Amino acid sequence: MKTSQLLLSAGLALLVLLTGCERPPTDTVQHGFRGTGMVQVYNPRTMELKEEENIVPPSLPALPGDGPKAAQVYKNVKVLGNLSVNEFTRLMLSMTSWVAPNEGCAYCHNPANFAEDVKYTKVVARRMIEMTRHINADWKVHVAETGVTCYTCHRGNPVPNNIWHKEPEQAKGADFIGDRAGQNLAANSVVGTSLPSDPFTPFLLGDQDIRVNGTTALPNGNRHSIKQAEWTYGLMTHMSSALGVNCTYCHNTQSFSNWNGNPPQRSTAWYGIRMARDLNKDYMEPLTSVFPEHRLGPTGDAPKANCATCHQGAYKPLFGQSMLKDHPQLAGPGTGLDKTTLAKK
Amino acid sequence: MQYQNIFTTVQAVGPTHHGVELGHGNSPRTGEPYIEYWLGRIGNAQLGPIYLGGLGIASIMCGLIAFVTIGLNMLASVNWNPIQFVRQLFWLALEPPAPGYGLSIPPMNQGGWWLFTGFFLTASLLLWWARMYRRARELGLGTHIPWAFAAAIWLYLVLGLFRPILMGSWGEAVPFGIFPHLDWTAAFSLRYGNLFYNPFHALSIAFLYGSTLLFAMHGATILAVGRYGGEREIEQIVDRGTASERAALFWRWTMGFNATMESIHRWAWWFAVLCPLVGGIGILLTGTVVDNWYLWAVKHGVAPPYPTVFPEVVDPATLSGVKP
Repeated sequence: MKTSQLLLSAGLALLVLLTGCERPPTDTVQHGFRGTGMVQVYNPRTMELKEEENIVPPSLPALPGDGPKAAQVYKNVKVLGNLSVNEFTRLMLSMTSWVAPNEGCAYCHNPANFAEDVKYTKVVARRMIEMTRHINADWKVHVAETGVTCYTCHRGNPVPNNIWHKEPEQAKGADFIGDRAGQNLAANSVVGTSLPSDPFTPFLLGDQDIRVNGTTALPNGNRHSIKQAEWTYGLMTHMSSALGVNCTYCHNTQSFSNWNGNPPQRSTAWYGIRMARDLNKDYMEPLTSVFPEHRLGPTGDAPKANCATCHQGAYKPLFGQSMLKDHPQLAGPGTGLDKTTLAKK
Repeated sequence: MQYQNIFTTVQAVGPTHHGVELGHGNSPRTGEPYIEYWLGRIGNAQLGPIYLGGLGIASIMCGLIAFVTIGLNMLASVNWNPIQFVRQLFWLALEPPAPGYGLSIPPMNQGGWWLFTGFFLTASLLLWWARMYRRARELGLGTHIPWAFAAAIWLYLVLGLFRPILMGSWGEAVPFGIFPHLDWTAAFSLRYGNLFYNPFHALSIAFLYGSTLLFAMHGATILAVGRYGGEREIEQIVDRGTASERAALFWRWTMGFNATMESIHRWAWWFAVLCPLVGGIGILLTGTVVDNWYLWAVKHGVAPPYPTVFPEVVDPATLSGVKP
């Protein structure tokens, strides 16, 4: 083979390898002190696509809140009873377009008798309205006044695109060889890395320690292991991709554990973890018996939420556009618990 | 132009030879040597014979046991599916025991295979080291090569044996796997508060980059004076010809100081050897003596304070007393 042919084939091989990479240029935005690497990297082409995905659908025109209440006119209205009939109907229509635009009212209701609770979807939807109000009223520390609606997660799908289930036990045969220790496969949950592939069960359902760093320079009884650090790393990898941001969006990577000189977003994210935990424990898990089998995970658990469920690749869901302001009926009431109590749960 | 090529353009080929006579207690060399043109482009065109010997065979056997055990564990971890084995090869691993087992011997599938593999891999490396040492002595060489290899073995032993023992847990050790050992490296830094503040890590990096710099400088210098016979470096240690003089002048002109044909090799050897040597010290101190390198660096004025740019953020866990 001639040298030119060799060079040509080497060049072609290099090109094939390069197709695995993101095409430059990317934009970088500095948001910390210079020289500290506090920079966000954005790919303008990806951002364009994301912006299209995050267009807020137009709201139905607001209707007066006076007149007879829904509970007086309709039967079996357990949560939205004190809405006016106008508001109630508007919210039902909005929900249909947010959650089941193709299936229509019959996705949740028995068309012959709307009041009946025969479909599981209706029971789940009722609980989800309560959950939405709970988030908007009690978790302002995470969702602020922007709030959430059904659309934040559902985006026109009966089941939100980003949900998670507990990972089934690894099939090990005689349990003699090949234990993966919950990691070491290219898992989507951790963006194709070999990190522990279900960081949600311990941290977003359970309350295992996320912090593994010691608080003193010298050893002082901190027994967290490197393996635990890998689980935390898995969760943080999920958060990073769920929000479409770098580590430096929340952390000054000089020290991941130190709070001084960190962006305020880190505190919001801290409450977000507690919020996901609260929702999974108090809203999703108790619905396990309501869901039919095909909605349950491989271990028979209810579908659950993580950061991607709402955020869907945006640093704020829908890039911070509030739909709640057009739907104040979803703003509350909450459970009345304060953020401290909730974060402790 | 011929001395500026990446590949060797001149191949001096003589009759193949078996090498010097070996003394008492040596086994015969294996394989009939032959000339391979393409090898001649990158090195010596003669391939073989190889000296195996008892140590070599024992080392290869131990290494194979370790290699096959890792492979079988990886294959079993994808349910013996050969396609998945190939697809996910870089992701698969043999994990050390969970930290809860401490230094005890766990069940085979809970890290027992990792200990088994570690034993044979270590035996293989130590046997190979002994083989290198003995071959060097038999050829009448100095023992620089085995001691350089020992520096690498030191780092390996710190990572997989010394440090886990000091920490009281096999779970602190490195998994056998391509991406998993890289994740372990990142997690190691995350757990112990940013390894970049570990001064021995910094030294190790300096020696690593320094090695590449020295390698490039020396390689380029010798190629550049090759046209004056500069490839006879060793002779020119004592008998400086024009190649040696020109190389020395070049560096004295450009940076004021020059190494000699002899000392440059000491520079390179020490840089290469110190890279894993000090790196191993840094790893050994991590977790055993220092738990959080960032806080250590703050304590000793190494980590610089930066001006505040964000509004003050308070750790919510300290506000509410909740579980962090």
